[in-house]
Amino acid sequence: MMEVVSCGPLITLQDRGRPGHLSQGLAEGGAADRQALREAEALLGTIGAGLEIPGSPLTLRLTTDTRIALTGAEMSADVDGRPLVWHAAHPLPAGSVLRLRPGTAGIYSYLHVTGGFDAPEVLGSRAAHLIANIGAPLAPGDRLDHAPSVGAASRVTPADRFGGGLLRIVETPQTRLFPPDDLTRFENTAFTRDPRGNRQGVRLASNGAGFATEGQLNLLSDFILPGDVQMTGDGVPYILGPECQTTGGYPRIGTVIAADLPRALQALPGAPLRFRFVPLAEARALTVPAPQVTPLTRDPAEMGDLLGLNLIGGVVSAKETE
Amino acid sequence: MSETFPRIEPLGEAALLVRFAPRLDDAANRACVAFRAGLQAALPEGVTETASSLGSVLVRHDPGAADAVKSALDDLLAARDWSAVDPPERRLWQIPCSYGGDDGPQLAEAAAMAGLSVDAAIAALSSARVRVLALGFAPGMPYLGILPEAWDLPRQTGLTPKVPEGALVVAVRQFVLFGTEAPTGWRQVGRTLFGCFEPSRTRPIALSPGDEVTFPSVSPGELRDRAAEDSDRLGGATWEVLR
Repeated sequence: MMEVVSCGPLITLQDRGRPGHLSQGLAEGGAADRQALREAEALLGTIGAGLEIPGSPLTLRLTTDTRIALTGAEMSADVDGRPLVWHAAHPLPAGSVLRLRPGTAGIYSYLHVTGGFDAPEVLGSRAAHLIANIGAPLAPGDRLDHAPSVGAASRVTPADRFGGGLLRIVETPQTRLFPPDDLTRFENTAFTRDPRGNRQGVRLASNGAGFATEGQLNLLSDFILPGDVQMTGDGVPYILGPECQTTGGYPRIGTVIAADLPRALQALPGAPLRFRFVPLAEARALTVPAPQVTPLTRDPAEMGDLLGLNLIGGVVSAKETE
Repeated sequence: MSETFPRIEPLGEAALLVRFAPRLDDAANRACVAFRAGLQAALPEGVTETASSLGSVLVRHDPGAADAVKSALDDLLAARDWSAVDPPERRLWQIPCSYGGDDGPQLAEAAAMAGLSVDAAIAALSSARVRVLALGFAPGMPYLGILPEAWDLPRQTGLTPKVPEGALVVAVRQFVLFGTEAPTGWRQVGRTLFGCFEPSRTRPIALSPGDEVTFPSVSPGELRDRAAEDSDRLGGATWEVLR
């Protein structure tokens, strides 16, 4: 078990969400950065539900020996004052106090334990979906149940996705409703990620004119999916996230391909974002490479107090038992 | 550019959208519900989820299965006239509703726009048997229709800052039964205490596309009494299965 000593806002349990309910108006939800889940899984094996931390501080006390994985946006992490490498798995003894503080790369950070945190399942998932009133943000004093776990420290090479950049998009049924010149201008526009954004979607900013279709207020509401780039009434694009509404009436100029969606959702406010249309066949043929895991060799430059180190990670601690 | 319907188009890399009509149309919506039921009865390999909305059916699939799924959808579409297929098994709901007064502050305005007295409007709305055309906006929140022509009311130009969960609102020949407290441009004519989504229920989302619904008129007191006795948070609603 872990106890929440203190925490900032909007830290939630997330997994791969609850697919299968779009017909009932319930979005799949789940973790915003699915690549972070793949990386945590590569480190730990099975991950179940983990904590998604949107740039909020978090301090946890472990009551059992636990191997944790830290993935997604890098935070400043320490355990009992000893710095921990991000993008890595660490065995921590019972009694450890783990402190995570916001970093400067990316939006969503993830903490997983082997086998996942336990919580009631709603419609087959433990993911919080706050807009739908499922689950609740973490609060000080909360207890997170999980199984004890041991193992070696290891490191995963994170996929590059934290500084904005190029987003590949495919056409939607509404793409051709935009004038051809606007589609070209859209590809040539240097957008930045606007400060306004959440798990429903992120707003983009640019200096030029907006983008609109003819008769866009009269479109029949139709399905929307995470990754869709939706133009609102004033022609400002939003990239939709895991908790976007299931249907919408505003036209979608394109859909960010699954491989690039983590890059879109992890971009910090002000990060540059551009779009390029790619053929559907090319997008479908893309495979995301499996994350590479290596043993975590302890580089003295990354260590704090050498004497305080748990150099024999994996051995059961005698400090405290459950 | 002329478009023919139904048509199948990709939505992202791992979904196909079967659109039956470009605008709200009762026959097309029936076709959506029937086509999805036909699809669910013999799910093509590689399909991971299907869903129907106002005028389309979404078919999510494994990324590698696009061509096979497209071809299966083509065959199924061609197999019959889906707008003429008998509706699949569904529920007929009776959801008690208190019209007018504090529970329906815009009933008089909506009735006047429809060219009816308040009493005639209540009689019309409470006897209308409508279908769940789609669920969306909030989990389990239904769009219901299609109401008679008189109820083709435009949305308000300004928004009502908030209507409560359970509010029955009307516009563009449809009802919406609010699944959550929210602002809206539709006019509130009544109030139910029906919980569209309740995670603790065995059936958290009560309604399905294709279900049929009436909103019989009850007094404010009866609405609350019946809701208080309803441990499932269905606001005193009852249902039966239609085959």
